[in-house]
Amino acid sequence: MRAAVAMLLFPILVLAACQREERDTRPQSALGSGEQPTPVTTLEPGGQRASASDNKAASFEANAFHMSEGKRLFGWFNCSGCHANGGGGMGPALMDEKWIYGSSMESIHATIRDGRPNGMPRFGDKIPDDQIWELAAFVRSLGGNAPSSAAPQRNDDMMVHPSENRLPDAATLGKSP
Amino acid sequence: MTRVASMALATAGALLLQGCAGWQSALDPKGPAASELAWLIWFFTGLSALVWVLVMIALVVPLMMRSRAQAEPLAIDAGADGRKLRVVMTAVGLTALILVGLTLLSFFANRTLAAIGSDASLTIRVTGHQWWWEVRYEDATPSRILTTANEIHIPAGEPVRLLLTSTDVIHSFWIPSLSGKLDLIPGHMNVLDLKADKPGVYRGQCAEFCGAQHANMGTFIIAEPRAKFDAWWNDQLQPAAAPTADEAKAGEELFLKRPCVMCHRIGGTPAGGTVAPDLTHLASRQTLAAGTLTMSRGNLAAWIADPQGIKPGSHMPVVELSGDELNAVVAYLEGLK
Ligand code: HEC
Ligand code: HEC
Ligand SMILES: [Cu+2]
Repeated sequence: MRAAVAMLLFPILVLAACQREERDTRPQSALGSGEQPTPVTTLEPGGQRASASDNKAASFEANAFHMSEGKRLFGWFNCSGCHANGGGGMGPALMDEKWIYGSSMESIHATIRDGRPNGMPRFGDKIPDDQIWELAAFVRSLGGNAPSSAAPQRNDDMMVHPSENRLPDAATLGKSP
Repeated sequence: MTRVASMALATAGALLLQGCAGWQSALDPKGPAASELAWLIWFFTGLSALVWVLVMIALVVPLMMRSRAQAEPLAIDAGADGRKLRVVMTAVGLTALILVGLTLLSFFANRTLAAIGSDASLTIRVTGHQWWWEVRYEDATPSRILTTANEIHIPAGEPVRLLLTSTDVIHSFWIPSLSGKLDLIPGHMNVLDLKADKPGVYRGQCAEFCGAQHANMGTFIIAEPRAKFDAWWNDQLQPAAAPTADEAKAGEELFLKRPCVMCHRIGGTPAGGTVAPDLTHLASRQTLAAGTLTMSRGNLAAWIADPQGIKPGSHMPVVELSGDELNAVVAYLEGLK
């Protein structure tokens, strides 16, 4: 009986692992309306925004391909200019456990899409939606919040910190200033 | 062998050699570096073929000969043994001689290649990206530095120096008709000198596997007479043509409002992205997306509407545009001569 269960579980686990590498490069609705749900509140107390969970969040979060694309875009769109590879500069650090606007995929997506009052520009009309999700997934991996089996590995060039799949989890590591 | 079979073989051989001519062939050299290499290829192949035939004869002939029955198999015949030893030693000596000879030949060919660009009149920086080529013309005057993509114009009959590097993974630059291949390595600069004897268009291809679209990473060297090349350079330095028609004007506005500006530069407009091909004179190029499509209004629209269908995995995302918006953007880009 146990052997049968194990034999059933094995292929399921193997198939589950395939999602890690799944490469969806086209948005679901190419040439669709591109309409975004507009935020319902203007007031965001330093915590989670009241945002319905988006089913894109889950599919981008555990996907190695999307996360590495997010890593490339983080450099391309000069997020590093203000956030310095996650360590923080003019903008806050993204690799610690402190989140002004919440650590969920949905909150980070909203931060990038709509901007934040104290200096974070809005990128909603400048970055396609799927690419914002990719960036959000990568930002989460900076604080060790992404599954290490999917977080980006070593760069081909020199890196300023250990690869994302080796970064310690900021929350369990303890304090940051 | 029957006549039909031998005819078929001859035709097949002729057809195969046909593939060796054209705008991308190491056996159809169009410059001094490629000629040197083609000569080496033919000489190495010829000599190796000759050695192979001799070895085969030495192998097959004794097999065909009926061996004499020996009365006393264990008897020692010092004379015969000595003869055999001399034959083997001569063969070993000849092998060593041929190997050293070929090494010397390839050494001197390399010296010739290295000398081609010693008085290069032009330095071009070629940076490999997944999956296109950034081309930057160096000049002591900053305002004359020019950045373009995928198509490399050079003056015919003059040696040029290419500085090769990469920003992501290792690529390899190979224009078979003009020179050998050389890798583009992140964080390292390689130098490749080449010269095109005559004006013409020579196709090249990334020659180091670099990811999903490696096969669609083509490049072109366009060799022109000096005067035409200088005129081209001056044209390319101009800012982009301002649109005049209403549709094109709307297209420009859309381009600047949408994600396109995050990646692409168009000289003379606020679009200043440097992570994707410079589009200032897009319509003056002959191909799109590193030789994947020929330049035409239809192909331009197809590329912008669905880059992921044409080059799956390419680093240009699908940007959602309505039919009218797409037409406007294409009308604008089409005018960037
Ligand atoms: C002009 C500088 C600037 C740029 C460019 C910039 N940011 Fe920010 N970012 C900020 C500032 C300042 C804040 C803090 C905003 C606040 O406290 O209201 C911030 C906040 C954030 C936050 C929220 C952090 C938290 O603790 O909740 C995230 C996530 C973020 N940025 C991601 C990005 C990404 C991804 C990019 C690139 C697409 C980017 N930023 C580009 C300045 C910048
Ligand atoms: C995230 C960055 C990015 C965005 C946004 C982007 N592109 Fe691109 N684009 C690229 C890259 C990278 C290439 C090269 C693709 C290749 O050849 O593999 C490219 C290629 C092109 C080319 C072909 C250029 C050539 O010389 O072959 C055109 C035309 C083009 N893009 C137009 C647009 C337009 C119009 C938009 C906005 C609707 C846009 N791009 C948005 C990254 C981007
Ligand atoms: Cu390649």
